[in-house]
Amino acid sequence: MNIIVCIKQVPETGDVKINPQTNTLIREGVKSIINPFDMYAIEESIRLKEKFGGKVTVITMGPPQADIALREALSLGVDEAVLVTDRAFAGSDTWATSYILSCVIKKLGIFDLIICGKQASDGDTAQVGPGISVHLDIPQVTFVKKIEKIEDGICQVERLTEDGFEIIKSSLPVVLTVVKEINEPRLPSLRNMMRSKSAVIKKITAHDLDIDKAKIGLDGSPTQVVHIFSPPPRQKGLVFEGDAGDVTEKLVNLLKDAVLQAKTGK
Amino acid sequence: MSIKVIKDKCTGCKLCVNSCPKSAITVVEKRAVIDLEKCNLCGACLDACKFQAIIIEKTQADAKNLKDYRGVWVFAENKNGKIAPVVFELLNEGRRLADTLGVELSAVLLGHHLTHQHQELIERGADFVYLVDEPIFSGFIDEAYSNALTHLIDKYKPEIVLAGATTIGRSLISRVAVKLYTGLTADCTSFEIDKDSRCLLQTRPAFGGNIMATIITKNHRPQMATARHKVMKEAPIQKDRKGKVIKEHLNGSLLTSRTTLLDFISDLSQKVNLTEADIIVSGGRGLGAPENFNLIENLAKSLGAAVGASRAAVDAGWISYSHQVGQTGRTVCPKIYIACGISGQIQHLVGMQSSDIIIAINKDANAPIIQLATYSIIGDLFEVIPMLTKKFEQVLK
Repeated sequence: MNIIVCIKQVPETGDVKINPQTNTLIREGVKSIINPFDMYAIEESIRLKEKFGGKVTVITMGPPQADIALREALSLGVDEAVLVTDRAFAGSDTWATSYILSCVIKKLGIFDLIICGKQASDGDTAQVGPGISVHLDIPQVTFVKKIEKIEDGICQVERLTEDGFEIIKSSLPVVLTVVKEINEPRLPSLRNMMRSKSAVIKKITAHDLDIDKAKIGLDGSPTQVVHIFSPPPRQKGLVFEGDAGDVTEKLVNLLKDAVLQAKTGK
Repeated sequence: MSIKVIKDKCTGCKLCVNSCPKSAITVVEKRAVIDLEKCNLCGACLDACKFQAIIIEKTQADAKNLKDYRGVWVFAENKNGKIAPVVFELLNEGRRLADTLGVELSAVLLGHHLTHQHQELIERGADFVYLVDEPIFSGFIDEAYSNALTHLIDKYKPEIVLAGATTIGRSLISRVAVKLYTGLTADCTSFEIDKDSRCLLQTRPAFGGNIMATIITKNHRPQMATARHKVMKEAPIQKDRKGKVIKEHLNGSLLTSRTTLLDFISDLSQKVNLTEADIIVSGGRGLGAPENFNLIENLAKSLGAAVGASRAAVDAGWISYSHQVGQTGRTVCPKIYIACGISGQIQHLVGMQSSDIIIAINKDANAPIIQLATYSIIGDLFEVIPMLTKKFEQVLK
């Protein structure tokens, strides 16, 4: 089974803040990590490979430094890593990104499964996985919490919804985007860590692809960020300490009306 | 496309240096220099620069004929004929946007055995309802739904298409926007119209809510967005409001799919749906043991609330993942959020910090959650929660 995993290098969410005085991003000490949801995608691909054999290729699009994320994926046990990097890709929104990734996947050849995290923790869009599926004209199942079985060119999976889960059957190849519940990612093995350090990461640029240059990068992206700002900060409110009977009484009195309003939906 | 520093305007003040999430800017001889290898053209420095000394030049290829597109559409997500509440919020927003633009508001209703649903949409503000009733639409099927919606948009050319940022909304709209080669902005929390350009200004949180970004789709149509549930108000019901229903019959080739929905299993552990709830009571590590979730469930029951949990409680196996609130769980936006024994790691806060009222019950007065809670009780939750439950039961009787 040939599996492709698409990952993204993201800043660790907790670290990204805006300096209230200058209204600018504070970037000191911001660590880059593999998008948390992509860790589940990587783990699932390795489990499938262990079960069915085959090869796992992990792809990321980003600046040259994104190879750190790819080496981490290699240390977890994926077979090959591809870095998609080119100035021409900079500024790509989800449309252009999914287009570029689909062109890369076409170039890489035959595959049975593409797995992505359900969304990235920096952009939170959940749009690139479905985008890849449309560009490649293959089906998709989003928010997958379990792969029940894969046999005879068909997979059966569970999709998490707001009020339960759906059981969905799909032909292969298919794009699956996965949620946390699907597995518990492993730690890197010593052997794979050693291997990841010396592994050769394949680089793909725009020149290597059969791609419409008008549809990539900032120019090819339909959306455009026009303004970035800090959300209004939340103020620390009232703090009650002391006798539990007193403080709960106070809280109930303060909340009573809001609770009644919420319950009646007015 | 390129990013440039205008040398005459740059003062070397370094505001841009601090703003760059990619560390791509340095100041050399009192002028900003951008390392194009690192820059991803995010535009943060443009906002930071007080002297308009940095510009991104965007060359746009063949913009679509924008004037051909008119009207605001709302995707009327429904399950077994029950319209999702987020649709009513979108109709309220959509109505306002349509009135500002001086155009009509329409809803798109895909389903099977539909009866009165179109009237519900009209009473909430829709002027037109595009309705397709087909057996394949009895459950959500990604390909068939996206084929149908793409076809309708191509045919009628609305300028704005809105959907809820739900499991269905996000899965569907992503496909449609890619097929149409147009812009899509996810999980918006506010919409405005730029009166000069008629452009939709779409504002959304990014980086887990630490940053807000306003995004436009300038040269492509329609402008598409999903909106976060519970942030915007529901449209009021106007009984006997009149509207027009347009029944569409689609070519059978559009109604096919390579995926099949075999079954739906409802989550019985969620007595109240977490994403729909107006009140949520959440438990964390401070509960100490799985059986103590009873305290949370009892308080939730007294308030008619849903039960949430922190990652720590889920990872410890005390409660199932479907209850997890936070970065790797669900993002919620209730009227009241009560966090019990949750310290407030950033991963949790990003999932609930836009709640209207936040209550923290914690023994540690220095816990991060206390810093943003509207009301906090510092104390032993094993003592506080049962008392609170009892008192709420009394006042709400």
